Amino acid sequence: MVMFKAAFVREWRLLARQKADWLNPLMFFLIVLTLFPLGIGAKPNLLAEIAPGIIWIAALLSVLLGAERLFKDDFRQGVLEQLVAAEQPLLAYVLAKIVSSWCSTALPLLLMSPLIALLLGLDSAAWLAVLLTLLLGTPLLNLLAALGAALTLSADKGGILLALLILPLYIPLLIFASAAVDQASLGLDYSGQLAVLSAMLCLALALVPLAVLKALKLNVG
Amino acid sequence: MFKWLDPYAKPETLYRICGLWFPWLMTAAVVTLLLGTVWGLAFTPADYQQGDSYRIIHIHVPSAIWSMGAYSSMAIAALIALVWQVKAAQWAVGAIAPIGAVFTVIALFTGAAWGKPMWGTWWVWDARLTSELILLFLYLGVIALSGAFADRQTGAKASALLAIVGVVNLPIIHFSVEWWNTLHQGATITKFAKPSIDASMLWPLLISILAFGLWLAALTCLRLKTAILQNEQHRPWVRQLAASAVKEG
Repeated sequence: MVMFKAAFVREWRLLARQKADWLNPLMFFLIVLTLFPLGIGAKPNLLAEIAPGIIWIAALLSVLLGAERLFKDDFRQGVLEQLVAAEQPLLAYVLAKIVSSWCSTALPLLLMSPLIALLLGLDSAAWLAVLLTLLLGTPLLNLLAALGAALTLSADKGGILLALLILPLYIPLLIFASAAVDQASLGLDYSGQLAVLSAMLCLALALVPLAVLKALKLNVG
Repeated sequence: MFKWLDPYAKPETLYRICGLWFPWLMTAAVVTLLLGTVWGLAFTPADYQQGDSYRIIHIHVPSAIWSMGAYSSMAIAALIALVWQVKAAQWAVGAIAPIGAVFTVIALFTGAAWGKPMWGTWWVWDARLTSELILLFLYLGVIALSGAFADRQTGAKASALLAIVGVVNLPIIHFSVEWWNTLHQGATITKFAKPSIDASMLWPLLISILAFGLWLAALTCLRLKTAILQNEQHRPWVRQLAASAVKEG
């Protein structure tokens, strides 16, 4: 717990000093969202219909964009090596990384979601569904992104590989999230989809940090 | 059990075993493959509804089954590689992945070719089809990751870890036809119920399934042999082997 707190505080200090790390993915998210209406043409009905999908894909890409830096600096500067060598509880470090990356990349998306709903012409029921699915889904995005980042840490072309490895794993999440939003837009109950999303989150929360740990140790050697 | 298995994990022994098994497995695979496909494609009666196009089942079903079978064996090898640090198991992961990927492509392609006349479309975003496509992406990810590192050892370990993570997809593929209302039909052959296929069509299908399994095993032996030679090329026994091969050749 002490280790977790220390790692968490350190992470926040780093984020406060390197604002580009978390601001750039957010800006990317907003720009992707504005590209869609321009690309499709301003058809409000069509836009409202596909808005949840657009928001989800933009969120997914922006989390992925922010993921590469997650362990990169610590790896290059030897922080990871020191942590492994010092036999510090690495799990606390991993958890602190994941929690702070969620707070810095996904939480702002949730906070911006009313604004985005307004931009894309979503009604409040659909917005609520998007918000709930994002709330349950984004931690999962961050967990898997952390796994990808840890796996490709010392790879030659890590960035694009990270996307190739992790995007397929995002597909089930995307399917259930979009199904929930679809149901909501028809005025139906979507608690079933939310339950599946929560189940996936619980499973990932229990297992993914361990896999990240293993992957980090592999790369440190 | 590990005391008993351990000597087989030694690369040299494993190389000899693979060399010994390969000709038998390959012969058996070719014979059953010919038997199953010729019987299935030419001599079974046509379906009363689908006519002759159902015959693709004799290739589609075995390749689909073994695309998942190959993944599970790859994941088991990966688990052994990571938990007990068995190097040969690491190489097995790299040996199986491309074979499994090709099986997955065959399953997807034959499915699409059958879907066009039957469903009227090459592709639908159905749960079974999508999860099989994810399986292909997972295979490709494992292959890509193993080649991405300057250090081959790290690459092998990282791809083993990815293979284990991807196991979550297997039950999704298997149960997708039951969990969702899909266009893809349910299982034709199950262990407990009477198969929903006539015996005249069932037998060639079972033979084809066996044939694809043997084929997978044979190719794995061959690729594992190559992987062992590549990874152990500086060891004395490989040098000796190469020297004697040169002398003979």
